[in-house]
Amino acid sequence: MSSKRPAPLKRAGRTLKVRDKYGPAVISVTSVLIVTLIIRAAVVHAQQWPRIKAQFFSMKAIIEVFPNVLKGFGINMSIWAVSLVVIALWALLLAVFRSLHGPWFAPLRVFSIVYIDLFRGLPSLLLVLLFGFGVPALQIPGLPRTSLFWGSAALIMSYSAYAAEVYRSGIDAVHTGQRTAAKALGLSQWQTLYYCILPQAVRNVIPSLLNLAVALQKDVALLSVLGIRDAVREAQIYTARTFNYSSLIAAAALFLAATIPMARLTDYIAKKDRERRLQGAV
Amino acid sequence: MPKIEISHLTKYYGRKLVLKDISLNVEEHEVVCLIGSSGSGKSTLLRCINDLVPFEYGSIKLDGVSIYDSGFDVRDLYKRIGIVFQAYNLFPHMTVLDNITLAPRKVHHTAKRKSEAYARELLSLFALGDFADSYPEQLSGGQQQRVAIVRAMVNRPEVLLLDEVTAALDPELIGDVLAVIKDLRKKGMTMLIVTHEMGFARDVADRVCFLDGGKILEEAPPDQLFQNPRNPRTRQFLQRIIEAGRL
Repeated sequence: MSSKRPAPLKRAGRTLKVRDKYGPAVISVTSVLIVTLIIRAAVVHAQQWPRIKAQFFSMKAIIEVFPNVLKGFGINMSIWAVSLVVIALWALLLAVFRSLHGPWFAPLRVFSIVYIDLFRGLPSLLLVLLFGFGVPALQIPGLPRTSLFWGSAALIMSYSAYAAEVYRSGIDAVHTGQRTAAKALGLSQWQTLYYCILPQAVRNVIPSLLNLAVALQKDVALLSVLGIRDAVREAQIYTARTFNYSSLIAAAALFLAATIPMARLTDYIAKKDRERRLQGAV
Repeated sequence: MPKIEISHLTKYYGRKLVLKDISLNVEEHEVVCLIGSSGSGKSTLLRCINDLVPFEYGSIKLDGVSIYDSGFDVRDLYKRIGIVFQAYNLFPHMTVLDNITLAPRKVHHTAKRKSEAYARELLSLFALGDFADSYPEQLSGGQQQRVAIVRAMVNRPEVLLLDEVTAALDPELIGDVLAVIKDLRKKGMTMLIVTHEMGFARDVADRVCFLDGGKILEEAPPDQLFQNPRNPRTRQFLQRIIEAGRL
């Protein structure tokens, strides 16, 4: 058989017509297109549309403000990247503290429990205001005084509490037989955690951690309340000057451009992880 | 002096009494099988011996020294008494070789090359030579259980505890694992075996103990215990096993 000939359209011995193969896709695309066009027509023909367009979607304003907003967005993403690394490590340490056995580790356990209860129970915005304005105002010698540093610290503290709980669920999910086996081999508590439990736990919670990373990606915008010139702040400055909100739409577009691919990546990794587990279960 | 000397061992889980005044000696090179229905305390007894679970009263001595003696290093205890579990409990993120050499390298500080060489030697001895670099999930249940036995053997233990090592295996894979244990017996390994395989217990054991409700009700050489049990509970238990076609 020539390799150039297309594969016969067959399913379970039945010959399929072209219509059967491409029909569903064609119907999906057309129906979505039609609905979109109807909504668009309704919006564009609405009486208020020209005003809405000028106020929110002015190309001129967007082009004008874009360089500033983009520069601000760079700050957002740098804060995000640095915070991610710190959160991943600090939260792991908190989770390890909490899972330690034995009376000597009670202070670490209690610290971890109190920390997580406290920072999970407080709004991130409140923490950002408290640390971002409050701590620099103390003027303590030897400590950084920028609101950028303390605002980021507030986000890190808040998100670490969530991430620590995610890690802990991963640690708890490792079968007890693994601990028993490690103990029977003579491994100490630390060695058991380090060599046997944590590698499995971390692998199990990567999808959940990535979900937190996506949430943090937008929450870094909270730092704009401290006057840090991030994307949202830059957009607000423009709005205050021109009474045009297109700059915020520009910032919104940038956030979406970052968060949607990140969310897709998370979905993909979660799917791979699920497949791996199902395979392991056989 | 017996290798293991258990006297008046009593163990509670919370307020539930699971082991009642158990006394049992195991001589060097002896193989003792523990049989009995689920919940009779067999596995708990095994786990008390290498200090995986604590007990409240009585004593367990290894070569005449109590395992609770303050001079007894726990790492030394785990080195001298190996254990193999029903569910293998291999570490899934490590290769077979890493599973086996973890304890020698990290607990007993043997050089990596030396411990790997010995691990490979043992693996080929147990017909697992080709799997050194495989991960546990790539192996069959029987192979995984044999790896677990190698992992316990690599520390050159003086006593081996086997906790229902064939209970999770497909019937056609049980034979391989049992053959390995018979081989260890030939080499003079001291073993305490919890098992539901009565035919195997009869073949391999020097002595069989029947446990019921946390007590040793009967203790005898296998021929005597299986053919002429004295205790009515033992007779009833064996009767049920025979009816189920397992003896």
